[in-house]
Amino acid sequence: MLKNFYTRLLPHPVLTVILWLIWLLLNNTVAAGHILLGLILAILIPFLTSAFWPEKVRIQSPLTLFRFLVIVLWDIVIANMIVAKLILGRNDDLKPAFFDVELDIQTPLGVSLLANTISLTPGTVSCDLSADHRRLLVHALHVEDIPGAIKHIKQRYETPLKKVFTAC
Amino acid sequence: MLDWILAALVLIGAFFTLVGSIGLYKLPDFYMRLHGPTKATTLGVGAILIASMLYFSFSTDAASLHEILVTLFLFITAPVSAHLMAKAALHVNIQQVARTQRYGDLHQWDKPSE
Amino acid sequence: MLETVLPIAFALLGISLFLSFVRLLKGPDLPNRILALDTLYINAIALVVLLGLHLGSALYFEAALLIAVMGFVGTIALSKYLLRGDIIE
Repeated sequence: MLKNFYTRLLPHPVLTVILWLIWLLLNNTVAAGHILLGLILAILIPFLTSAFWPEKVRIQSPLTLFRFLVIVLWDIVIANMIVAKLILGRNDDLKPAFFDVELDIQTPLGVSLLANTISLTPGTVSCDLSADHRRLLVHALHVEDIPGAIKHIKQRYETPLKKVFTAC
Repeated sequence: MLDWILAALVLIGAFFTLVGSIGLYKLPDFYMRLHGPTKATTLGVGAILIASMLYFSFSTDAASLHEILVTLFLFITAPVSAHLMAKAALHVNIQQVARTQRYGDLHQWDKPSE
Repeated sequence: MLETVLPIAFALLGISLFLSFVRLLKGPDLPNRILALDTLYINAIALVVLLGLHLGSALYFEAALLIAVMGFVGTIALSKYLLRGDIIE
């Protein structure tokens, strides 16, 4: 009964926390009034709009998510330098490629996060998702060993994401 | 000390932004041009925003963290807009450089040329 | 140190704005122009934040945030237009 009450009042706890943080950052303050107003808004907005969010987000292991975020940030910095070197080099040396990645993740959130990660780590852009949501078309700026690149993406990004967002 | 860090961050940011635009200018086809702006610029703007965050946190007494919002927003939107632009380019069948390698089962994305 | 570096950064950003603008004029087709506009607004954010640093005013943050939001919506609307031939269905 009590649990039911909680899920009615807080349909999306993750969204509530994020909204609260964004409100405080936007006002750039930790004054008591803003903390209270932000909390009211953060509870009210998910409650009123819960009909638009049919999918429940549940994070299975926060530690894996955190480690994943650190890895991605690190990769962005490193790979940016590599891409900068590639861009400033000669055009004719570049070997662009289109390839597709078979997806093991099935949840929509997992797929979209994987696509965003692929686009953010320089050198690869996710271009399109197939109609059955099973394959992702990826374009790479410069790649020598395509099967190796696919394996790298699957091991480094898809495995942790799959662990965090399994079917819920 | 802080001054040096700020200067380095601003220079790194401006440099990466420039690299992104150089990529946009000189790379031979659309899909390759997509790489420059969507990433080099996010890191470039990210570095400049971190510099701004440090500057305003130390010049005034209160921490100024709202620059994180712009950085976060850019890191969320850049891949989304890149994805949509690539999708639009595939839809209107933009030319790609002849030496583009193809791997895997790609024929579902091939359009019959009109 | 920051005061000596800022003019250099402004110059670098000016060059990158110019290069994106050349790509906007040259095209050769719509997706390339959309990409050039996307780059232009991101460069503009960097320029506005640098201006805020130069003038020592935190007010420019709001301008940067607004440019980011509007630029993103613009890019999405233009890409949607190419994909569907219509923006609001």
